[in-house]
Amino acid sequence: MHKALKLGLVFGLLAFATPVMAQEEGISTHRLPPKKVEFEFEGAFGKYDRAALQRGFQVYKEVCAACHSLNRVAFRNLGEPGGPGFSEAEVKAIAAGFKVPAEPNDKGETTDEQGNRLTRAGIPADYFPAPFPNENAARANNSGALPPDLSLINKAREHGPHYIYSLLTGFEEKAPAGFKLTEGKYFNPYFEGWNISMPQPLKADSVTYSDGTKATIEQEAHDVVTFLEWAAEPKMEERKRLGFGVLIFLVVLAGLLFASYRKVWADAH
Amino acid sequence: MSGPSTYIPKSGLEKWIDQRLPLPRLMHDTMQTFPTPRNLNIWYTFGGILTFCLGVQIITGIVLAMHYVANAGLAFDSVEKIMRDVNYGWLIRYIHANGASMFFLAVYIHMFRGLYYGSYKAPRELIWILGVLIYLLMMATAFFGYVLPWGQMSFWGATVITNLFSAIPVIGQHIATWLWGDFAVGDATLNRFFSLHYLLPFIIAAVVGLHIWALHVPGNNNPLGIDVKSPQDTLPFHPYYTVKDAFYLCLYVILFAAFVFYSPDFFGNPDNYQPANPLVTPPDIVPEWYLLPYYAMLRSVPNKLLGVLVMGLALVTLVLLPWLDTSRVRSLRFRPVMKQFFWVFAVDCVLLGYCGSQSVEAVAFGIPLVIVARLGTVYYLAYFWVLMPIIGLIETPKKLPASIAQSVLGDKAVAAAE
Repeated sequence: MHKALKLGLVFGLLAFATPVMAQEEGISTHRLPPKKVEFEFEGAFGKYDRAALQRGFQVYKEVCAACHSLNRVAFRNLGEPGGPGFSEAEVKAIAAGFKVPAEPNDKGETTDEQGNRLTRAGIPADYFPAPFPNENAARANNSGALPPDLSLINKAREHGPHYIYSLLTGFEEKAPAGFKLTEGKYFNPYFEGWNISMPQPLKADSVTYSDGTKATIEQEAHDVVTFLEWAAEPKMEERKRLGFGVLIFLVVLAGLLFASYRKVWADAH
Repeated sequence: MSGPSTYIPKSGLEKWIDQRLPLPRLMHDTMQTFPTPRNLNIWYTFGGILTFCLGVQIITGIVLAMHYVANAGLAFDSVEKIMRDVNYGWLIRYIHANGASMFFLAVYIHMFRGLYYGSYKAPRELIWILGVLIYLLMMATAFFGYVLPWGQMSFWGATVITNLFSAIPVIGQHIATWLWGDFAVGDATLNRFFSLHYLLPFIIAAVVGLHIWALHVPGNNNPLGIDVKSPQDTLPFHPYYTVKDAFYLCLYVILFAAFVFYSPDFFGNPDNYQPANPLVTPPDIVPEWYLLPYYAMLRSVPNKLLGVLVMGLALVTLVLLPWLDTSRVRSLRFRPVMKQFFWVFAVDCVLLGYCGSQSVEAVAFGIPLVIVARLGTVYYLAYFWVLMPIIGLIETPKKLPASIAQSVLGDKAVAAAE
């Protein structure tokens, strides 16, 4: 464990120092501040845009899910209040469209004769299956990089949704002259060090929206960021709604207490 | 709790209980008739607010512990389960997490109030020392609590803080190993931290009991810092201060609720929404905001052992405060010179907090923050060890008012009452 810690420290420092060392003088590869965009879910009265959540789910399923897991979200969540608002039948259909690892069969096997994992169709109680069975498999399929789980990504990054949006739409920007891209990496100025292992995930018309919305990169990014915000904070609408009632109650109570305070103290000054 | 009792049982039942267990008498004397200076201002309502904060943390904490799993492999998942699947789990966890910050905000206001009005001076030294003990216990509890979600900052914060003990010569490494229960922060560490995090709040509650008991011997200090001289100077605690405390508590809860419902991650660190990973060190390891001034002191000293000692000294100094202040006047209202240094000290603490929140090599306005932190640390210690003893001796205080009643009601009212 000691050794592992020290290794971790060394790697951490290397990761921190490498981009600085590799670049010519005068180029700082510190990530740019995120773009200024507005989301419907921001602000005290902000709610999730249901249509954006459903479109964002489509982007996740058809693009992101190829490499990124969403371990903490179950299919049933897609139909719960404050979420994308799919009907019970739609949730069942979505779940059935995913292959999830099956329970051991009657012989106690979890793999077939070729050693492949047995699967079954998903049900609403299942969680989104991960694209890779374990971390090593994920790294082996992504030139050594580990695609992070997306369940909490919007809360696990500074400037959460704005950061993810900027990252997804930041691949088009031109690298400044003198910037040396690490081999096998991609340029993205919103990512610390500007070298990112993920190739540009979203392009225009990466998905075809059934509601007729034009699938520009910005639209897709906006939608999937909305979906990921819900995945990270599924109780946001309930929280803000309850908070509004609580604050009204407290303000009225404070008014009553203030009146009592004035009355009690009227003769004490 | 002390002094002659004015309790008269109102019914046969009350009399029966009082003769066997004088609990009604205790409640009556401490919370009803207790003579309280009539000039206590808004800053004196934070004692009540703090009691409320402790209660909220204990109640929400007990509920969280019903769902939390203290296991390095499951802790993070169990917290997310609380957030997603436990009924109102998100509410309870956000109250508990923000409650810690609200608790510290209140305790800092409470401490600065004591510092400003000289509430630590004779005969209230033990109240102050018990208060410092509560503060230290709070810091330990908060630190243990921050480790429990087992996110990246939990893990690395625990690693940094427990490693401080390894700075002790010869036995340091052994102490660190003993604290961890392993050769690094791991499952054993998480389990004992959970156990201690559950235990310490009840010890805090007990010390709070002593703190309040000690308070009821001399009674409250007040903004004038002069002693209560006649019954005219005081009001019964109930209803005057129950209603005042309730009103200001309600305002505080509004602030609390605003954070819980509208910005629940305001005090949090995004890194703590990533599960703990011993192989990946975050670029900047930052403790919670309420520990930042001490963190800045620690980092401002180039030598690790000296840094730990300076930080320890900064805390121990608080215990010695009653004897470092040589002035006979309590309230800074009447100490024009010391008052200036007090406000510089308050700004210094905020500045140290800011330095602690930035990375070690950060620079502001062309000045490396580590230099700012160094100067801030020097001022912090000098405030207690140099300014307090010397200025107390050489300063000419302003004239103190004759009595609390005269100051509040004016000469005529006092004369009329006599």
